[in-house]
Amino acid sequence: MATELKMPALSPTMEEGTLAKWLKSEGEKIEIGDIIAEIETDKATMEFEAVDEGTLAKILVDEGTEGVQVGAVIAMMADEGEDVGDIEAPAASADEPKEDVEGEGKDVGREPSEAEVTEAPEKPSRSAASDPSIPEGTAMVSTSVREALRDAMAEEMRRDERVFVMGEEVAEYQGAYKVTQGLLDEFGAKRVVDTPITEYGFAGLGTGAAMGGLRPIVEFMTFNFAMQAIDHIVNSAAKTNYMSGGQMRCPVVFRGPNGAASRVAAQHSQNYGPWYASVPGLIVIAPYDAADAKGLMKAAIRSEDPVVFLENELVYGRSFDVPDMDDYVLPIGKARIVREGSDVTIVSYSIAVGLALEAAEELAGQGIEAEVIDLRTLRPLDRETVLESLKKTNRMVVAEEGWATCSISSEIVAICMEEGFDYLDAPVTRVTNADVPLPYAANLEAMALIDTPSIVKAVKKVCYVED
Amino acid sequence: MAKKPAAKKAPKAENPAAIDDPDFDLNSLQEAFEKNKTFDASEEQMLKFYEQMLLIRRFEERAGQLYGLGLIGGFCHLYIGQEAVALGLQTALDGDKDSVITGYRDHGHMLAYGLDPKVIMAELTGRQAGISKGKGGSMHMFSTEHKFYGGHGIVGAQVPLGAGLAFAHKYNEDGGMTLAYFGDGAANQGQVYEAFNMAALWNLPICFVVEDNQYAMGTATKRSSAETRFYRRGTSFRIPGMEVNGMDVLEVRQAAEVAFKHVREGNGPVLMECNTYRYRGHSMSDPAKYRTREEVQDQKDHHDPIERIKKQLIEKGKSEDELKNIDKGIRAQVSDAADFAENSPEPDASELYTDVLVEEY
Repeated sequence: MATELKMPALSPTMEEGTLAKWLKSEGEKIEIGDIIAEIETDKATMEFEAVDEGTLAKILVDEGTEGVQVGAVIAMMADEGEDVGDIEAPAASADEPKEDVEGEGKDVGREPSEAEVTEAPEKPSRSAASDPSIPEGTAMVSTSVREALRDAMAEEMRRDERVFVMGEEVAEYQGAYKVTQGLLDEFGAKRVVDTPITEYGFAGLGTGAAMGGLRPIVEFMTFNFAMQAIDHIVNSAAKTNYMSGGQMRCPVVFRGPNGAASRVAAQHSQNYGPWYASVPGLIVIAPYDAADAKGLMKAAIRSEDPVVFLENELVYGRSFDVPDMDDYVLPIGKARIVREGSDVTIVSYSIAVGLALEAAEELAGQGIEAEVIDLRTLRPLDRETVLESLKKTNRMVVAEEGWATCSISSEIVAICMEEGFDYLDAPVTRVTNADVPLPYAANLEAMALIDTPSIVKAVKKVCYVED
Repeated sequence: MAKKPAAKKAPKAENPAAIDDPDFDLNSLQEAFEKNKTFDASEEQMLKFYEQMLLIRRFEERAGQLYGLGLIGGFCHLYIGQEAVALGLQTALDGDKDSVITGYRDHGHMLAYGLDPKVIMAELTGRQAGISKGKGGSMHMFSTEHKFYGGHGIVGAQVPLGAGLAFAHKYNEDGGMTLAYFGDGAANQGQVYEAFNMAALWNLPICFVVEDNQYAMGTATKRSSAETRFYRRGTSFRIPGMEVNGMDVLEVRQAAEVAFKHVREGNGPVLMECNTYRYRGHSMSDPAKYRTREEVQDQKDHHDPIERIKKQLIEKGKSEDELKNIDKGIRAQVSDAADFAENSPEPDASELYTDVLVEEY
């Protein structure tokens, strides 16, 4: 049977090209790897190499012909034992497209196939699980966020041999911010691993260890340094399960302080919540209080998915009640109403939840009852809780310690526009940091950061209350 | 005053490699290798090498053809010319224990590990039956069953990931090691050296392999690399280097024997440079104008790894016909794979939202 030689596509976008030159003539023998012709595109001249052996029987497109469609038959090749003289051009004209068979993909060009033009299915909706009920009589223990995180890691390390912690100064130094204090003593150097200062490298190594079946907790001294490692978080950890068709999991937790600390200036003061929350394939958690930090850290370590766990240095030392339970695990993806109110909703996460609560207290004194929502998880975002609250209060302010542009606040505003428009009595308003790199000078820093008075002011504005 | 040579630092206690080998010798393995560079293969093994290298070559030729027909899209990096590297190294691994990781030029590495050409080809054509359900494509293929961990599209990323796989082998004490491939281009990425440092510091069971195919995309190694003898690039991390002719499968296999023994005995990482040559462009859309046709032809005529083993087999008494029959069988197998890849359905639309996350939240 004769072989059809078709106009090759030489790049993902090529649709047609010029057949610049034939390097073989009719009747000439062709070996695999021989250059048969030169093809020109707008970008380059390429060589058309033979992948079968035979004899060039008939040239159907003359050299110099422009606009030859990809997939068009340009020559016929006689196979071994065939008579060159018997070879005919294919019955259909070379330019005429062949029938495409549905579901079999295209073999006649580069148009989208049937499947590609099918309308995409709806993104599945989700409904988050509720927090576990705390049995009556459970003691509440005042615990710092720092201790809560440590306890969560220690409990999970006792529970699962595969869990280990790695990062700069996590072992012998007991943690740059003392979050890993005591872990080395209990678990030893095999499971509490001091790394060199090599964020890109150890983020990759941790990700690879997760691919290899371990449960790494990778500590970044701060998430500012994780920018050096973001490729592994986004490209290696987040995308692998999808790219492998669900074969290769990556159960790693990247954790560390995020956002502004105190007077450490621009390069050490940034909130990466919006960055990571934009990436499908990642879980992003940013708790505020100690109980949430503990319950969500335990959930993060147990998750089969890669988790970015954003802590806050200024909150590490604050103490909150944590239920004294054997195994306090919280659902990922569920926001929490930290204060109920009927007049306005303040949506927040991480350190700004504290400011939102302060603002709510102050507003209560002025007769405005604010509901405060702590998102806790930034991806997947609990739209349901946000929208339910909006239905109740009809007014919303989003308070975020970070920049406004392309932020979590922007996302909340978009959700309210798309799904809560009919419930709005005022525009949703964002209260964020100033749109500048964080300055060092104390007065400028204070001006740049979100604070309670600006939340109060914004709430009054959406409630149409005069100052 | 002339500086005195610095006193030798006492080796650190936590680095056993340093204790065992206070006078680190870059060439310690190379010297052992130089004594006998040819693997003593049985006829059966040689036939297997021939057959498997041919499978990679014919598969890649067919992939190139399917790309030309528009059946394969995006980027497609062919392994033609480099076959001896994958075969020489991977046949020396223990498939039940060891792990392999590589970059985007991954088809050959998968085939060398015995993965079904059908599911690889079907991935290239973006079909449901592909090894990644059509969601990964040429550069992103994995088989956790075979401990093949990708298939990574970001140049150099597989090197620290591979160190992580080796970390897991050591942590689990499972006796396995990791083979991490990267190219001469990736050898200039910073993260490669971050991985070298940790692998040596923690004595990880890993063999790093630079497949030096002479060009990083279109840039010749001498134009991009201050040190083109890549096996020396581990020196500052006390990683012994090996320089291997990657166009000779028996030499690669012998080098693998030496290197893997060193790694398995708990001596930490090895850096192996395999000098090889890719006949095709960097990817399908590369016109390869940065080198002459004569240069490519010279490699094909005088250094081809398949021709080399073929000659050796004929010297051992195999007939041309026998070998041609093997080729015929491979061609048929590749044709079947191509037909399968062409005729399998595309992924169902419902697959769009699956596998983003493992769990539901």
